[in-house]
Amino acid sequence: MARDVSAWFGSNYVLEKISLVMEPGKVTALIGPSGCGKSTFLRILNRMHELIPSAKMAGAVELDGIDVYGPLLKVTETRLRIGMVFQRPNPFPSMTIAQNVLSGLKLAGIKVQNKDELVMHCLERAGLWKEARNRLNDSGAALSGGQQQRLCIARALAVRPNVLLMDEPCSALDPISTRVIEETISEISREVTVVIVTHNMQQAQRVSDNCALFLVDGEGQPGHIVEAGPSQLVFSSPKDPRTADYVEGRFG
Amino acid sequence: MLPVAERHDSSGPLPSDVGVKSPMKVLNGRWKSVAELGGSALASISTTAILFAVTGWDSTFAIFVLSLMLFLMIYSVVCFVEHGALEAKSKIATVAIWLLALAGATPLVAIIFYVIANGLPVVAGHFPHFLTNSMVQAADGTAPISKAGVGAAILGTFEQVGLTALLAIPLSVVCAIFFVESKSRYANIIRMVVDAMTGTPSIVAGLFIYEIWVLPRGTSGKMGLAGSLALFVIMLPIVTRTTEEMISIVPGSIKEAALALGAPKWKVMLLVILPTAKAGIVTAAILGIARSVGETAPVLFTAGGSNFYNLNPFHGVQDDLPLRMYQAIFSHGSNADAEAWGTGFVLMSLVLALFVIARFVGAGKQGSPRKIRMLIARTRKSKETANVAPAS
Ligand SMILES: Nc1ncnc2c1ncn2[C@@H]1O[C@H](COP(=O)(O)OP(=O)(O)O)[C@@H](O)[C@H]1O
Ligand SMILES: [Mg+2]
Repeated sequence: MARDVSAWFGSNYVLEKISLVMEPGKVTALIGPSGCGKSTFLRILNRMHELIPSAKMAGAVELDGIDVYGPLLKVTETRLRIGMVFQRPNPFPSMTIAQNVLSGLKLAGIKVQNKDELVMHCLERAGLWKEARNRLNDSGAALSGGQQQRLCIARALAVRPNVLLMDEPCSALDPISTRVIEETISEISREVTVVIVTHNMQQAQRVSDNCALFLVDGEGQPGHIVEAGPSQLVFSSPKDPRTADYVEGRFG
Repeated sequence: MLPVAERHDSSGPLPSDVGVKSPMKVLNGRWKSVAELGGSALASISTTAILFAVTGWDSTFAIFVLSLMLFLMIYSVVCFVEHGALEAKSKIATVAIWLLALAGATPLVAIIFYVIANGLPVVAGHFPHFLTNSMVQAADGTAPISKAGVGAAILGTFEQVGLTALLAIPLSVVCAIFFVESKSRYANIIRMVVDAMTGTPSIVAGLFIYEIWVLPRGTSGKMGLAGSLALFVIMLPIVTRTTEEMISIVPGSIKEAALALGAPKWKVMLLVILPTAKAGIVTAAILGIARSVGETAPVLFTAGGSNFYNLNPFHGVQDDLPLRMYQAIFSHGSNADAEAWGTGFVLMSLVLALFVIARFVGAGKQGSPRKIRMLIARTRKSKETANVAPAS
């Protein structure tokens, strides 16, 4: 969960006091127009935000009651437990498909007994096993965009994260790949808490349990949450008129 | 003369008075352009020939330049008459660029051709002893060329450059990583110094090592290692800068992916970024090696040059290929030329082989710069721009 999270890029105030509970084992969708700080918020959750030199933040993020920015968790540990899938597929081009899946373990220095089984299990959960089973030793870059994205999901799952953050994971993909990834999300959400950013209202409705709408009031203003709650309520009977406008596409 | 002559040859059947408004409607497409080019070339060459015959000048260079200019002028006129202003501009630009490129490439090709024409017969005619003999038998420059050889020089080159590579390449990679990763002001200052070092006149590198290594050791100061150290000064900045370039073209998204998996920075570098840039780094190293193999000035007063085989790079003067060539030229012996060309051929083959390997590795399977760029291009969904069609 996040409490009073604010963010800046240099002097640019982009997020104002965001508080949001992302329930364990549920899928939370973040929706809202471009530039309202959804990606920034997501990157604050697993401490990727601080990699940008001018970036600052305030507020608190907790994972199962532990302060992510506190002394109890190392940065690397936080990122290990809160995985991330990016907007553009980014498999490691120097590695094979199998190596890509196992890369997280190698990078975090985790030893496992049965690597082959883990590769199979993760690719299965990411919905890529059928297509990739015979080319595990091909380069990860040799796959199609949709397959690469599923490979990235498999890679993120291999380290058994508690939370998986997905930043518009389907925005660069065709409808069929999108469908496969949506199935993957419903599949994994039983074990992993998923937070997904999407511009696709249908997708948000289909995959998410909870939903939060981000908006900016005007040029140069910080983004904030307009409405958050169970997806069904947000979409069928929104409390805020701006939410109704946005989900029905009457809005920026 | 080369490009013009070529156009001339391929011109085929020609109306002789192309320069004037001619009924070219019979010809079309490709043949028409060929006829236009060939006709213009023929017209310009004949005009030049007449001009020079009348005035009695005889400078090859002047003939070349004049006929080239005339050719462009006549060709422009032909194109304007036949195709109108717009297409003419495109055609003239295409032809002008081709001609300039050919004019630029001619000397380069000529050098390679010269070295092969003069060097290959020496090496092949005295095979294999030209490659295995040391120079000692022909030391006074009067012995027959069959006694001469570059064996000791090849050995010396391999040892000296090998040692240099051993010292310089690992250090270069470390420096490059430092430059890419460090955001401090000092890194920028050091980077500037390294940049300046890439332009170090190589003889200064030689002088430097001569001062700090050779002189203090007196008469036994010259040795293969001293040559290596001087070459090190040449190789380090080149490999560092190229490697830095190769590391920094690895897309940031790949680095982010690795960091998001909970990897510490050093593991991201070691397990993800360096492997991704591997082919590029190997290419950088080979190019650095190729550069130092051909350097003469740094080894001149450090390795010293020798007529004898010397296996030990840590003791006594040692020969190498550029020095062998240098000394052959200045020996003023009866075989000076042949020895120098032969050595030059061996040296150039070596450098060429290194470049070919570099190309090969650079275009290799995984993680080559080209692959990385392709990956970036794909994710950006960049559109291919249509090629500008050549005049046809
Ligand atoms: N690396 C950055 N440096 C400076 N400003 C940034 C950077 N990334 C995002 N921003 C700014 O932060 C705001 C929020 O961006 P972002 O979180 O990417 O929005 P969203 O994901 O909702 O489209 C935007 O106004 C954008 O201009
Ligand atoms: Mg975004």
